[in-house]
Amino acid sequence: MTTVGVLALQGDVREHLAALDRLGVKGTSVRRREELDACDALVLPGGESTAMWRLARTFDLLDPLRDRVGTGMPTLGTCAGMVLLADRLLDGADGQETIGGLDMTVRRNAFGRQTESFETDLEVTGLDGTVHGVFIRAPWVEEVGPGVEVLASVAGHPVGVRQDQLMATSFHPEVNADDRLHRLFLDTCC
Amino acid sequence: MLKGGVIMDVVTPEQAKIAEDAGAVAVMALERVPADIRAQGGVSRMSDPDMIDGIIEAVSIPVMAKARIGHFAEAQVLQSLGVDYIDESEVLTPADYENHIDKWAYTVPFVCGATNLGEALRRITEGAAMIRSKGEAGTGDVSNAVTHMRTIRKEIRRLGALAEDELYVAAKELQAPYELVVEVAKNGKLPVVLFTAGGIATPADAAMMMQLGAEGVFVGSGIFKSGNPAQRAEAIVKATTFHDDPDVIAKVSRGLGEAMVGINVDEPARSIQFAERGW
Repeated sequence: MTTVGVLALQGDVREHLAALDRLGVKGTSVRRREELDACDALVLPGGESTAMWRLARTFDLLDPLRDRVGTGMPTLGTCAGMVLLADRLLDGADGQETIGGLDMTVRRNAFGRQTESFETDLEVTGLDGTVHGVFIRAPWVEEVGPGVEVLASVAGHPVGVRQDQLMATSFHPEVNADDRLHRLFLDTCC
Repeated sequence: MLKGGVIMDVVTPEQAKIAEDAGAVAVMALERVPADIRAQGGVSRMSDPDMIDGIIEAVSIPVMAKARIGHFAEAQVLQSLGVDYIDESEVLTPADYENHIDKWAYTVPFVCGATNLGEALRRITEGAAMIRSKGEAGTGDVSNAVTHMRTIRKEIRRLGALAEDELYVAAKELQAPYELVVEVAKNGKLPVVLFTAGGIATPADAAMMMQLGAEGVFVGSGIFKSGNPAQRAEAIVKATTFHDDPDVIAKVSRGLGEAMVGINVDEPARSIQFAERGW
């Protein structure tokens, strides 16, 4: 059975674990190297990307994460998780690094500050109907490499992308009880 | 998404930078930290907009700022400045001893303090998007934070044990809307995030509060009133993430230098009881 880890350095870890649980998938929180080693797939949750990056670096998790994500571990990144999956980052904090893996340039906090946060219904390639997207100080994808499929866009900016076994969204599919995006990730990336 | 993170009080752009570099998920911009408000007395108000602008400019993480309880015009100003959260805070001198701010009237989210479940639910009814247990700010004494967090969590557990027809009276006793009380009874948690605040000064304090059920930590005077703010800030961030791992807490607690001196909550010198503000 597939074990999906949720990076648990900071952010909405519990919401992702709950979504995985509703889908009948074994989820586990990941804060240590050995916990990462025990996972077949990974979720990078919403939260503060700078805090996650600093904690990952300090606790010697950044290189193991790069190693696993770079060698084919299926990974879903939401909001801050999208930032962490980007090969190239704009508007990061001084010196901010990412895990990388997805051939894209992401602009952090691109949709603005908290008061510019919004919710909207959007179409996602591979899903019927619309998905209710919650965007909180959300990033967007500035440009993608040739191997990246754009799954969803808002105002001309990609907000959902997939490249092989990696998927990322600007919004938070984990905050409402609609688990179709997690299902899509499990079906198409894992 | 601030969950599992640490929010730090800062009074200058330089301190905000230190907080961001230490891994804070947000900073709280204010003119004086609670320990100084306590020591200096006088009326404490919303910060100067120039100072808030300076902090917004300095960091890329969310910036919160405090408005006085009931001071809806200060809140309007803070929203127009573009802060990410407003803290309707008992640490400042209340502007209205009867009414809190109608927080539904704003697009910016609010965080409010609470000492018990009824207070938390009244703030949520008024539109608060986040609750922090009040503790006693500016003391470096964690005991009130513990009392308030334990009280809120205990009252939530108690609701869960009640029969459905007992929830009407529970709502009456909590002085909170029945629908909200039913929701808390059903889910076993508040409908918004519950952080802790007021007296957290060490990594072990943060770890204890997280183990008691806090979803994140506010640190006020504890960092920049200590001997080595950068290192202490980073240690408290690590302790919050690894709150259930004593080996990590032990490691990050080493060599931090002097903690804030602190004032015991029962000391007569401590004339102001911030936690008693708000109703």
